[in-house]
Amino acid sequence: MSILVNKNTKVITQGITGSTGLFHAQGARDYGTQMVGGVTPGKGGTTIDGFPVYDTVVEAIRQTGATASVIYVPPPFAADSIMEAIDAGIELVCCITEGIPVLDMVKVKQYMQGKKTRLVGPNCPGVITPGECKIGIMPGYIHKPGKVGVVSRSGTLTYEAVWQLTNVGLGQSTCVGIGGDPVNGTNHLDVLRMFEEDPDTEAVIMIGEIGGTSEEEGAYFVKEYMTKPVAAYIAGVTAPPGKRMGHAGAIISGGKGTAAEKVAILNECGISVAASPAEMAQALLKIYKP
Amino acid sequence: MNIHEYQAKAILREFGVPVPDGHVCYNSAGAREWAKRIGEGPWVVKAQIHAGGRGKGGGVKLARTADEVRMISREMLGMTLRTHQTGPEGKLVTRVLVENGCNIANELYVSLVVDRGTSKVTVMASTEGGMDIEEVAASTPEKIFTETIDPLAGLTAFQCRKIAFSLGLSGKLVGKAVSVLQGLYKTFISCDCSMLEINPLVITAENNLLCLDAKFGFDDNAVFRHPKLSDMRDYDEEDPNEVEASQHELSYISLTGNIGCLVNGAGLAMATMDIVKHYGGDPANFLDVGGGATAERVTEAFKIILSDKNVKGILVNIFGGIMKCDIIATGVITAAKMVSLKVPLVVRLEGTNVDLGKKMLAESGLNIVAADGMADAAQKIVQAVKGAN
Repeated sequence: MSILVNKNTKVITQGITGSTGLFHAQGARDYGTQMVGGVTPGKGGTTIDGFPVYDTVVEAIRQTGATASVIYVPPPFAADSIMEAIDAGIELVCCITEGIPVLDMVKVKQYMQGKKTRLVGPNCPGVITPGECKIGIMPGYIHKPGKVGVVSRSGTLTYEAVWQLTNVGLGQSTCVGIGGDPVNGTNHLDVLRMFEEDPDTEAVIMIGEIGGTSEEEGAYFVKEYMTKPVAAYIAGVTAPPGKRMGHAGAIISGGKGTAAEKVAILNECGISVAASPAEMAQALLKIYKP
Repeated sequence: MNIHEYQAKAILREFGVPVPDGHVCYNSAGAREWAKRIGEGPWVVKAQIHAGGRGKGGGVKLARTADEVRMISREMLGMTLRTHQTGPEGKLVTRVLVENGCNIANELYVSLVVDRGTSKVTVMASTEGGMDIEEVAASTPEKIFTETIDPLAGLTAFQCRKIAFSLGLSGKLVGKAVSVLQGLYKTFISCDCSMLEINPLVITAENNLLCLDAKFGFDDNAVFRHPKLSDMRDYDEEDPNEVEASQHELSYISLTGNIGCLVNGAGLAMATMDIVKHYGGDPANFLDVGGGATAERVTEAFKIILSDKNVKGILVNIFGGIMKCDIIATGVITAAKMVSLKVPLVVRLEGTNVDLGKKMLAESGLNIVAADGMADAAQKIVQAVKGAN
């Protein structure tokens, strides 16, 4: 078991004929993911490197039975692609695209109301269940199948955590990058809840950063409901207020969302917080005996 | 992206939101002429810089006569204005806004932001106009009124009336408030704002509403669809290194320390700054070379880091997923040779083609310290910089 994706997940790539889309579709297939095709409007009926291409998501689902979609469409058109996937009733959408205007995402969030689709991202590395299914841009080989769930707002910092886990012999159940944007589909709390319910996840590493309150909400959930050990790291202790640190969501405004504030709340909620990014796996081992 | 007050007011005027008549001026004679053209006095002369707190620093002055407008403008133009937001070095004033004064009966506060909690635009209003809203939120939160805006319905009249009544408005002012608030919302949506703040929104002695100051924050991700707005960008107001970096698609923010950092990924870049600090060092910058960096981009990143004179050492921390370590190594070697690097350089590489990358660095003949893992890298660069001093 795992969360969100597994060996039975059939995936399509929206934007598959673009260089980024194709590159990562190939990477996912090489990893063993059931990458069953892709969508590029106007190129339906063709194939690219063995992947069948469809004009619409609805058509792609009908032909392939896909249950998940990954989006590499450029930012001006990405919100439309997300809504197309939601409209087609797909279970999971991972939007990798970075730089979607925030008001576009406000519309998408409204559009999602009452629909069954789960959106992960945008501006995220994707989701991977090691050894079974890789949707996104993460390097597959750093992962190892196992029992630790990872949830993070950052891409490369997630790789760092995964690498530390793999190096101490701890495999991962599923790793979820929720993305660095202020308005996104899935937050820490959503993923923590899924990990809590997943029988094959025994412990969790949660990675956060400055800005917003997603980490705090996750922490309160851990305190109230979670039975599994959770370790964490929060990036941005040294970030000055008012400056946007790369991620549109990583900004401290009005003294809110500072790393110090977040760390204090996480500690209070019984989470083992790593003092430095080099100690994420160690922080977990302090409270988790595999 | 930020803009000047006079530009902000021009945008509001375009959307039918009431602002005082005024004009931007680049010299004192022009200021005098424009003053006479827009009104009969008194006027207000306001220094145009991208920072708050101008009044306390002497950047906002009242003029009774057109000659006073000229005298005040002459003093302001060319002065270095220091406020709590400019830092001790201050900002050079190259333009002033001359506008008609008004008779203020009361000052209110209004702003719009994208609220991440609800994923919707929220309007916020307060009776405490002219104050720092964060202070109001901390000391008297009951004086702040908010309405969450449905993206489909937009900011409705009833929501605006609710706010108006909460602010204690009555009579014709209620209808005027509805018009101002809906105009602000239309502006916010049309311009892809991330923040729009009117502080203060004044009630005049004549019972009108007027935006006396306006601050816009634009969504950098949406600037592409507003070419008119990107023309308003004033590069003189920005850190020259940050401007240079953005032209090479690098995300760079200068800080006050002496250890330059070059990292891929925003989260890892922040974490790298944190671990440098953790081991007693002080980062000179945040720099994310992005996922698809090329050797050229890494070279540009090096140049930008080294143009900061405070930099006494450089830490490269790359977790290559998509980005291959040999490409990073090529960039590092090229850059180090090109700029004839004199400060210590510690490189930590991990990920795709890591062995090849490490080998290239070792055989480059350059004085590069290789590190294993983040902790080792941070300790080595902190040590090297301390040793050099």
